Amino acid sequence: MGLAYGWTEDLLMSNAEIWLIILGGMVVTYLTRLSFTVLVPPARLPPAFSRGLIYIPPAILAAIVLPELLIIDGQITISATNIKMLAGFLAAFVAWRYKSVWLTIAVGMLALWVLTNL
Amino acid sequence: MNTHINLETPSPRVEFWAGARDQVPILLGVIPFGLIFGALAISVGVPPLAVQGFSLFVFAGSAQFIAVGLIGEMAPAIVVVTAIFVVNLRHALYSASMSPHFAPLHMRWKLSLSWLLTDEAFATASNRYHQGSTASAHWYTLGTGLTLWTAWQISTALGIWLGGGIPASFPLAFALPLTFIALLIPTLVDRPTVFAAVSAGLVAVLLSSLPLKMGLLIGAVVGIGAGVWMDRRSANVER
Repeated sequence: MGLAYGWTEDLLMSNAEIWLIILGGMVVTYLTRLSFTVLVPPARLPPAFSRGLIYIPPAILAAIVLPELLIIDGQITISATNIKMLAGFLAAFVAWRYKSVWLTIAVGMLALWVLTNL
Repeated sequence: MNTHINLETPSPRVEFWAGARDQVPILLGVIPFGLIFGALAISVGVPPLAVQGFSLFVFAGSAQFIAVGLIGEMAPAIVVVTAIFVVNLRHALYSASMSPHFAPLHMRWKLSLSWLLTDEAFATASNRYHQGSTASAHWYTLGTGLTLWTAWQISTALGIWLGGGIPASFPLAFALPLTFIALLIPTLVDRPTVFAAVSAGLVAVLLSSLPLKMGLLIGAVVGIGAGVWMDRRSANVER
């Protein structure tokens, strides 16, 4: 997450327009979260739909995690120089072996620190 | 994970605090993210109240980052709101996954728990629904969601206050992907779930250059399809 930001700049957008974005963002986000819990009752969905539900957590979490580990500066980087990948894979092993969130984060951060300072 | 749950139906109070406790390690990843969001939004020129408004009312990490980035580039409001919608489309998957669990609940509960349905709260609650008695698990979901919501507000406020004092290469930001790894691994319970995760991850990597995290969304949908396909295939082999 290589975010780069400098000093505060003068923004040309009005305060009212920013609050309009917040309001609109709130509405569209809440609609996505209500989509199946409230808006479309599960009883109306085809049976094939419910078979897919159990694959949502592994699929979405892997789709979040893998690019975080393998993409460096917009490039797919699978090599020993990619310390995020190495630290992430070690953390995955710890998560599998010890089933502890604390330990996974601690080992992952420690590995990143050690590899950065090697 | 979820070591505080036993096989009997725990009381609402026990569930609520178990949910809160299970969210605490995840906060290690969320708090740095909130700090960076607050600081970044201030540096773009968003007024402090509006920065907090994003966290209070939109309450969606990645979408808030993208919105603030677009505001900095003077994108029109309709473009920014559309971007927020596309980035948050994955929440519809969380909504779908939770719908059978929320179905017996009162509308008040559905509305409040849906409001709290973020990446982290979804993953934690989802693990809870896959073990033990789930009769009071909505209290667990509320505890875990409110803990995350509170931490997101406080870390955003701290980020606003610290402003440019936070270095751009804040190494603690790596804690967030690590929490997702810790949440991902327990979901890999059989061949179809592993296949779903591997397919989703690979597609997301290959499509990572697409704007608005579209690669993430397409990867997730492909992964879900892959899991269903593998599930059907093994069912046919057994027959």
